[in-house]
Amino acid sequence: MRPILMKGHERPLTFLKYNRDGDLLFSCAKDHTPTVWFADNGERLGTYRGHNGAVWSCDVSRDSTMLVTGSADQTAKLWNVQTGMPLYTFNFDSPARSVDFAIGDKLAVITADPFMDVTSAIHVKPIARDPSDQTGESVLVLKGPQGRINRAIWGPLNRTIISAGEDAVIRIWDSETGKLLKEETGHKKTITSLAKAADGSHFLTGSLDKSAKLWDSRTLTLIKTYITERPVNAVAMSPLLDHVVLGGGQDASAVTTTDHRAGKFEAKFYDKMLTEEIGGVKGHFGPINALAFNPDGKSFSSGGEDGYVRLHHFDADYFNIKI
Amino acid sequence: MADVLIMNEIEATVGRLGIDLSQVDYDSIRLPPGEDFGIVSDDDDVYQDDQLEFDSGFGNIIVVDNLPVVPREKYEKLEGVIRKIYSQIGVIKEEGLWMPVDPESHKTLGYCFIEYNTPQEAEVAREKTNGYKLDRAHVFVVNMFDDFEKYMKVPDEWAPPEFKPYTPGENLQKWLTDEKARDQFVFRAGQDTEVHWNDARQAKTELVYKRAYWTESFVQWSPLGTYLATVHRQGAAVWGGATTFNRLMRYAHSQVKLIDFSPGEKYLVTYSSHEPSNPRDANRVVINIFDVRTGKVMRDFKGSADEFAIGGTGGVAGVSWPIFRWGGGKEDNYFAKLGKNMISVYETETFSLIDKKSLKVENVVDFCWSPTDPILSLFVPELGGGNQPARVSLVQIPSKEELRQKNLFSVSDCKMYWQSNGDYLAVKVDRYTKTKKSTYTGFELFRIKERDIPIEVLELDNKNDKIIAFAWEPKGHRFAVIHGDNPRPDVSFYSMRTANNTGRVSKLTTLKGKQANALFWSPAGRFIVLAGLKGFNGQLEFYNVEELETMATAEHFMATDIEWDPTGRYVATSVTSVHEMENGFNIWSFNGKLLYRILKDHFFQFLWRPRPPSFLTPEKEEEISKNLKKYSKKYELEDQDVSMLLSEQEREKRRMLKEEWEKWVSEWKLLHEEEKLERQKLRDGEASDEEEEYQAREIEVEELLEVSEEVLSFEFGQE
Repeated sequence: MRPILMKGHERPLTFLKYNRDGDLLFSCAKDHTPTVWFADNGERLGTYRGHNGAVWSCDVSRDSTMLVTGSADQTAKLWNVQTGMPLYTFNFDSPARSVDFAIGDKLAVITADPFMDVTSAIHVKPIARDPSDQTGESVLVLKGPQGRINRAIWGPLNRTIISAGEDAVIRIWDSETGKLLKEETGHKKTITSLAKAADGSHFLTGSLDKSAKLWDSRTLTLIKTYITERPVNAVAMSPLLDHVVLGGGQDASAVTTTDHRAGKFEAKFYDKMLTEEIGGVKGHFGPINALAFNPDGKSFSSGGEDGYVRLHHFDADYFNIKI
Repeated sequence: MADVLIMNEIEATVGRLGIDLSQVDYDSIRLPPGEDFGIVSDDDDVYQDDQLEFDSGFGNIIVVDNLPVVPREKYEKLEGVIRKIYSQIGVIKEEGLWMPVDPESHKTLGYCFIEYNTPQEAEVAREKTNGYKLDRAHVFVVNMFDDFEKYMKVPDEWAPPEFKPYTPGENLQKWLTDEKARDQFVFRAGQDTEVHWNDARQAKTELVYKRAYWTESFVQWSPLGTYLATVHRQGAAVWGGATTFNRLMRYAHSQVKLIDFSPGEKYLVTYSSHEPSNPRDANRVVINIFDVRTGKVMRDFKGSADEFAIGGTGGVAGVSWPIFRWGGGKEDNYFAKLGKNMISVYETETFSLIDKKSLKVENVVDFCWSPTDPILSLFVPELGGGNQPARVSLVQIPSKEELRQKNLFSVSDCKMYWQSNGDYLAVKVDRYTKTKKSTYTGFELFRIKERDIPIEVLELDNKNDKIIAFAWEPKGHRFAVIHGDNPRPDVSFYSMRTANNTGRVSKLTTLKGKQANALFWSPAGRFIVLAGLKGFNGQLEFYNVEELETMATAEHFMATDIEWDPTGRYVATSVTSVHEMENGFNIWSFNGKLLYRILKDHFFQFLWRPRPPSFLTPEKEEEISKNLKKYSKKYELEDQDVSMLLSEQEREKRRMLKEEWEKWVSEWKLLHEEEKLERQKLRDGEASDEEEEYQAREIEVEELLEVSEEVLSFEFGQE
């Protein structure tokens, strides 16, 4: 498995997202320009220029026409995927962290960081079919959790919103009324990432407590725990096989100067069912910040603090792993 | 001290009250709630802490008796005299001197109380001024305030101590009778100290005993593995037992810093050093030697750190541990201490110096005991600018007779290495080159067990090589040396007797360019681990010296410590908390196969439990190794059974996990199906819900980029 190295960003990667067809890969980094790549050969297709701060996350609509990005410049932007033109800008009082389109792409959930005396918040914005009708109104604003909310996604049938962040608590909110339905403390430290299964029935959280946990999206039942040796920054689940991938490593500020092996910058594969480690993919020379699986399950990409995106197409052997 | 209630105190109390302990049914005793009769529970550290603070309140007060009785007019003069005497020793607290006065006659009562800043000062004052002669009629009697209570309790009439009927104790060697012949180890991680079995067959550990805050600094096994020693502020304690770990004995020694067992684990040496009140003074050192089984102090040594600092010439301002080195093998007959121009050798029968005097050796800087025989080897460096040569000599104890002596010239340093059976002694000699600018190294090899103790000189092939490590094969005749200059030194193996050359040392092989800086022989000999610790990031090479071949190379990244189990079957490598990442330990087989690894944050210490030496005679061992096939059959069968069982268990576990998982998946599928219509509605009736079933079609698109025509001219030349 020879990875394709995609060098287009000048600063650490923050987020990776495939479109539904699996032919496009969107990458966000701390430089200000989200980039789109051909998911097959890693060719750069274009960039989305307009943000004035680190871009923390993105999501693409089901028909691959619209992209939403959340940035530290206190805005979230809608883009035309094809032309790269900005369509609309949502303004916030603090950096926008996580973005996620609802099923049907008529709603988006955007989280805003705590900043100065502004507390963190989860905003639900309606997305107009025609960009010229788009407004900045929120249908719902959720507040309450302390600290940054690192990820908020839609639950099954858009009925709930699942959020997780610095306070290590996972919460399920009613997306209509804004009521807190369930909360669960399983992690001991900041939850850094959250990835949904292809059918949305379960999700995986990664935390700085050196573990990842698998939860049921409806009941918030803890199903599995994956123990690793380093803080987890990014998680992903294979849509094809029962595998999960964890990425992370020492905190960038604590990276040793002695040896890259000390930092544990591998992407680690675990068996989803047995929670046992299957293997690892080395290569990054900084912590892994972002992971994404191609929807066909035949390739995955990782983005690191080192500014590289590494695109891996699996060898035939991978599909025959028996443990 | 009230918090250390020693067993014999209990017995004394029992004896006084006329109770027969063996008749008492302990379970029937019920204390009134909230009452503990001043007996602190063993496990209640919190209570002990409180107790300590209370004690320190009076621990620094002394009572001086036999003072002159003076009228009021002379009161101030007497006080001045006393203050002068006692403030020389330490700082007396403000209003810390109190001399009571008879309210009627206004005369002093002939005693006073003095409070110091620290209990240590009070202790020194008591020692130094007890018996101080102020004048002929007034000889001071000084006591600690805390001791008064104790003296008051002494009964007026002497009662003969009662004989306690013998009660058999637990079998402290029970761990050796493990059916699976496993070994134990102890490790400390975070606040927990845990003892485990190494169950290598099942590639895991089995917990024996675990306790949080078991020790306040470190733990240590006794040399034969019977006891596990823990260190606390109040003193040291040893633990052991048949199935679990019970406290067997406590050794009161406040602020104890270091401990050391005698090789036969009969005695325990404890050490503490206290800051002096006057910063110009050296630290005060207290050393106690306890009998391990009775807990009695056999001998104590007190003095300033200077007296115990080793190094006749260098004058290093520290104390090198152990101060007392035990000699004479497992009998624990002798112990010795290096002093200035002498070696003090004590015998344990009387706990006093042999022949009442130390062994005088001008300028001695180092000595070593033979591990088996009462023989001392000592080193004296050059004197008088090279006029008097350096020498290494062997001295028999207790006769103090010199067995062998070797003079050495232009020596910068010497280091002595005894082979574990006491058969050989290697002396590493660093000599100056002619210019005196650099040194080179050679070895002097003594054959102790042969007649007249022949000495052989060994120089390396390249004698300018720096020696990085040296190690004798345990119980064997070979040794290994790492030599050369970093970053890739060489490793050489030598034998004191090969088949065709019994009287001379011969080189077996040299391995070139190894990433190694430490040597770890298997306790059974034959195998050795060449390890690259620290700078080499934990490179390991498992080498068979018998066959002269490498069995395996491996790496335990950043390993800091390596230890063989006492049988030589397994090796533990660990990363202790000096490194931030990946703390924990790996267990390897003797031939370098990684069996299992355990990660623990804040990992401090890993120690195998030692085993006492085997009772088998060498002949018997020979016979067993000859018929190994016959014996090993049984164990191979057992191994097979275990692995069968394991795979069976593993399969069962996986089956359960799979069933559980499938239940979830089918439930999700059902719900997903149920919600299908609603999802379609959310997507404005878009029918395609088949996220999983879309098809990829390959479409070939041909694009004509450019078409150009060119006329090429051919020339038909004639040849």
